[in-house]
Amino acid sequence: MGALCHPAPGVMSEIKLETRALSRQFGALKAVQGINFKLETGARHALIGPNGAGKTTFVNLLTGVLTPTAGSVRLAGRDITANAQADRVKLGIARTFQINRLFRGLSVLENVCISVAERVGAAGSMFYPAGRRTDIIEESMRLLQKLKLADVARHRISELPYGRQRLVELAIAIGLKPQVLLLDEPAAGVPSAENHIILDAIEGLPTDIAVLIIEHDMDVVFRFAKRVTVMVNGAVFAEGTPREIESNPQVRDVYLGQGGGPSAAHG
Amino acid sequence: MTGAAIPAKPNADAVQLGHPAALALARRHHFRWWEALPWLAAIGFYFAFPDYLAFGSGLLITILFALSLDLALGYAGIITLGHAAFFGAGAYTVGMLAYYGIWSEPITGLLLAGLAAAIIGLLSGLVLLRTTGLTLLMLTLCTMALLQETANMARAYTGGFDGLPDLTIDPVFGIFEFNPLYSNTQYLFSLAVLLTCFLFVRTLIYSPFGQSLTGIRENLLRMHAIGAPVRRRLIICYTISAATAGIAGGLWAQTNAFVNLSALDLDRAATVLIVLILGGYGRLYGAFIGAVAYLALEHFLARVYPTAWQLGLGLLLVLIALFARNGIIGLGETLWARYATRHRAS
Repeated sequence: MGALCHPAPGVMSEIKLETRALSRQFGALKAVQGINFKLETGARHALIGPNGAGKTTFVNLLTGVLTPTAGSVRLAGRDITANAQADRVKLGIARTFQINRLFRGLSVLENVCISVAERVGAAGSMFYPAGRRTDIIEESMRLLQKLKLADVARHRISELPYGRQRLVELAIAIGLKPQVLLLDEPAAGVPSAENHIILDAIEGLPTDIAVLIIEHDMDVVFRFAKRVTVMVNGAVFAEGTPREIESNPQVRDVYLGQGGGPSAAHG
Repeated sequence: MTGAAIPAKPNADAVQLGHPAALALARRHHFRWWEALPWLAAIGFYFAFPDYLAFGSGLLITILFALSLDLALGYAGIITLGHAAFFGAGAYTVGMLAYYGIWSEPITGLLLAGLAAAIIGLLSGLVLLRTTGLTLLMLTLCTMALLQETANMARAYTGGFDGLPDLTIDPVFGIFEFNPLYSNTQYLFSLAVLLTCFLFVRTLIYSPFGQSLTGIRENLLRMHAIGAPVRRRLIICYTISAATAGIAGGLWAQTNAFVNLSALDLDRAATVLIVLILGGYGRLYGAFIGAVAYLALEHFLARVYPTAWQLGLGLLLVLIALFARNGIIGLGETLWARYATRHRAS
């Protein structure tokens, strides 16, 4: 399993997602200003920054929930600034939410099936039972097995502990088979004892997906990310490897220093 | 039961589908034995109470109307208080066509009623379904009020406040006389229409489309985030729901042989909502249980306390809203689950 998917040496990694001078203003507030950002195939990139830095606005601009006041978003070289959210999902951008957005009254399996059915284009069909699409159910079950959720597949979301609900949040996004996956604080609200199940799941993601993770928890960032971008006041403040960011005195000042050191700065 | 018989093969696919959750999902649309009960009861009613068949037709029409509301409100979560708009549109379509002698064949008449209601559903849905919550509720109410006032003012065509009396409807298949004197024909005709519409709605809600409607009800934002064309799905659902309500309205006009403004009344819209809440929304059979329970309650309470029977109904609704949010069916489900766990424990 582990031997698969290593990008062949010498093959240039392709830029999957790119923003050019991306900006968004709310009235007088410049929530995001002039962000140039690149995410390559297989990237494991973390976006950090103090509260109100504009991280969530940035994600909303990437997914098409918000339209930028200036600048552009490109997916695999194609300008998708004008594409609506649903289009961008079809083109391969998926996200998870900081606060769970699940189909709470439905079973875990159904949650994933709805996502898979949407991806394979079955969700508009009216005249045959969903149960007949065993391909969709199989794929969803396999995904649940991979995320170690198979034992609760039949349970309603509301019957699950929060940590495992976060896994379902992730499963719905993976069911869309994205090329670019945006994770908005995947471990938020999870008790630290259950943290590892989220981290294991993220580390088990297919290596060809470009992953951008917004996170407050520095343990998660430094374990997961190969590159880190620091956002402050709507702009990119610094970018580099986790080691560079950790040792950057200015970053320590504005952000990491708050808790006395990176590993102590739990969000 | 047959699931246990599938041997555990090394084949990965067989293992996936052998999982109880996967099996349950793959078989959810299968007919259960108890689903025959309402229809057997309806046929039993025909033989047991030949003098009450007109009442029976009314009950079947209420079920059909509640079923149409369940599709929009129970499955897609479209909050509406104006569903009588479509009931009335269907009723006036049948009524005007028959009154002016343009068209009085019953089956195609119902199709036209459904079509007219669907058009109004589509046009209003295009505007309404941009909104949610209270705004949506008010706008559905406004649509209905506008239609009612239109029907009131277009006296020359609709008969205004007096409505259109003495509609003549052709015999069914050209053979069976269709008027209030032949309530047996009307009852069986209504039952056939209800069964047809029910099978259609049932197919729809178990389809992938129905599953995605449930997704929209459960979490609108998430459906957007997985790339679902949410508004288009809602509009399609609303249009189908409107068409079904229109057929119920058309049937009401045909069986009563008249149509008047009460078809478009807030009272009618509220009653069907109460029926659905009483029975349990989003549950397919909630419409059946709710309609029977409502009419039984009306009958019983009116006998006990004729002047203020609605007070009893109101109290019951408060209790349902407080303690049994999923209606009678939901209450049954809870009790059954409790019984099942206790049974398993002992």
